[in-house]
Amino acid sequence: MRSRFGHRLRWARTGSGAVGLGLVVVIVLLVLIGPLFAPHNPADTVGLTGASPDAAFPLGTDRLGRDVLSRLLWGGRSVIGLALAATLACYAVGLLVGVTAGYSRRLEGLLMRSTDVVRAFPPLLFFLIIVTGLGTSIWVLILGVTVVQAPGIARLSHTATKEVSFRAYVEAAVARGERSLTVIRREILPNILSPLIADAGLRFTFSVLLVASVNFLGLGLQPPRSDWGLMVSENRDVLTLNPWAVFAPAAFIALLTIGVNLVGDSVTRSLGRSQ
Amino acid sequence: MSFAGEATTGPDEIQITTVHRRRAPLTRFFLRRLATGALTLIVASMLIFAATDLLPGSPASNALGKFATPEETHALNEKLGFNHPLPVRYWNWLEGAARGDLGASAVGTANSGVAAPIWPLIHDRLLNTLTLALTTAVLLVPLALLFGTIAALRAGKLADHTISTALLATISLPEFVAGTLLVLLFFSLLGWLPPNSFIPPGSPAIDHPKLLVLPVLTLLAASVAWSARLVRAGMLETLASEYVQAARLHGLPETRIVRRYAMRNALAPSVQVFAVSIQALFGGVIVTEVLFSYPGLGAELVNGVQAHDTTLVQGIALVIATFYILVNVIADVVVVALVPRLRTEL
Repeated sequence: MRSRFGHRLRWARTGSGAVGLGLVVVIVLLVLIGPLFAPHNPADTVGLTGASPDAAFPLGTDRLGRDVLSRLLWGGRSVIGLALAATLACYAVGLLVGVTAGYSRRLEGLLMRSTDVVRAFPPLLFFLIIVTGLGTSIWVLILGVTVVQAPGIARLSHTATKEVSFRAYVEAAVARGERSLTVIRREILPNILSPLIADAGLRFTFSVLLVASVNFLGLGLQPPRSDWGLMVSENRDVLTLNPWAVFAPAAFIALLTIGVNLVGDSVTRSLGRSQ
Repeated sequence: MSFAGEATTGPDEIQITTVHRRRAPLTRFFLRRLATGALTLIVASMLIFAATDLLPGSPASNALGKFATPEETHALNEKLGFNHPLPVRYWNWLEGAARGDLGASAVGTANSGVAAPIWPLIHDRLLNTLTLALTTAVLLVPLALLFGTIAALRAGKLADHTISTALLATISLPEFVAGTLLVLLFFSLLGWLPPNSFIPPGSPAIDHPKLLVLPVLTLLAASVAWSARLVRAGMLETLASEYVQAARLHGLPETRIVRRYAMRNALAPSVQVFAVSIQALFGGVIVTEVLFSYPGLGAELVNGVQAHDTTLVQGIALVIATFYILVNVIADVVVVALVPRLRTEL
């Protein structure tokens, strides 16, 4: 049992896998327990506008005189939380659409054509169109990421379902008279999930990218929220006064996405070698 | 597959063109592809119109804000031609767009009192955006081929590991983060380049090369990295193929093998890769323009979304979608023209 588990985690022993895992663990820990150590309330004006780092404010202050370090420690929750929620929603919707399309001949055309339509747009443009129609809110953020990302998952699971549904074990289950839902849950899903889950890292990074970019554009979370994407955009006013107010949140987003991508890449590679 | 043959939008998926088995000249494929492109565009336009119209408020009430009286709203809607049922509005809009008239900006009209046509408003910005995107695209191809080929030729060695890891790290960065890091380096630390790219109105962006450097570098970061990785993968596959083995066994020098045989065959699938990269630029351009206050279509789109200018957003979205689908069509045709194998299947 143990060796099998170790085999599953063999990607973590590669150089890039270890570095990526380290980065992700550090950032996630910081985001989870960092707020406990925040020296100030992230929403309070505690100093001058755009002050340089000193003993009281290790990363200086932002454009409204708020403590950059405290906002940095609080500002990762929305990035990781929203991206995580959005990625889960993408998988739920994508799998639902893809498996239904792969299993039901009647709905296949309609469902797959709708995914084609979404894919005819640049993802961010589609996101902005949704925001224009529905306004800005957390739910619109999650909906936007889902609409943009779910078609990719739907396509993959559609193909995989079609492949699997001709296998003998599925035909046997159908012949036994199992209900479609049971067949999907017990025969199809377990056999199509692993290639889809192997991509989870990349899809999570893409969710972070989208959520952070929309927040940066001012069309997602609204001030005075502490959010890394928002911090980068609002503190560009004080770029010359206190570059740290811009650099710190940008660097944290970078470390998070690089870490997740390194992990995702080494997982994909380790799977590729075993097959 | 009725919409078949389009390069896909996701950065991690490439769909190879599927063409029907029938003998026909390349022009016929081009025309057919153009027709499906037009069909996609019409469906896209419906979606743009429907999605931006989802809100209970009309474009006029969105533009005027919540303190507008019903009479004011009605008057502005009248001016914009929005007091009709949805299908009629959509038809008028589409028919106007086909004639090059994208209607009037709701906010602009509300502010000035007279109809503010959208097309003159975005004409210069479209040119600025095209300058930015084309400059990036022209630099993207040789850079990606260079990095991808070097990494493939040195596969498993230090140069490959360095390039591959650097590429993966660069892909991971959102445009606004990559751009911000570039600003911090070239403006805050070195003081070489300006952090904002205010192109003066009425003067072409290409006349201000210094203002183009950082936006172009920002766009190049992710697109070069992504394409180079796929070029590397394609090149590795080619280098492992039987005809390359045969050429090696013949004793041909490695440089000749790479340049004459491997490179050519690795190029064809790369066209599809570049098409997808260039399409991905359409999204990147929006963020990059906002980041550098570059007066382009993307920045204006974001302004429109922020100002609840429904008609402006519809117009710009339609223009962007048109170019996006066009790139798709052109890429498919170029691939088929370049790869004889696909041509025999036409």
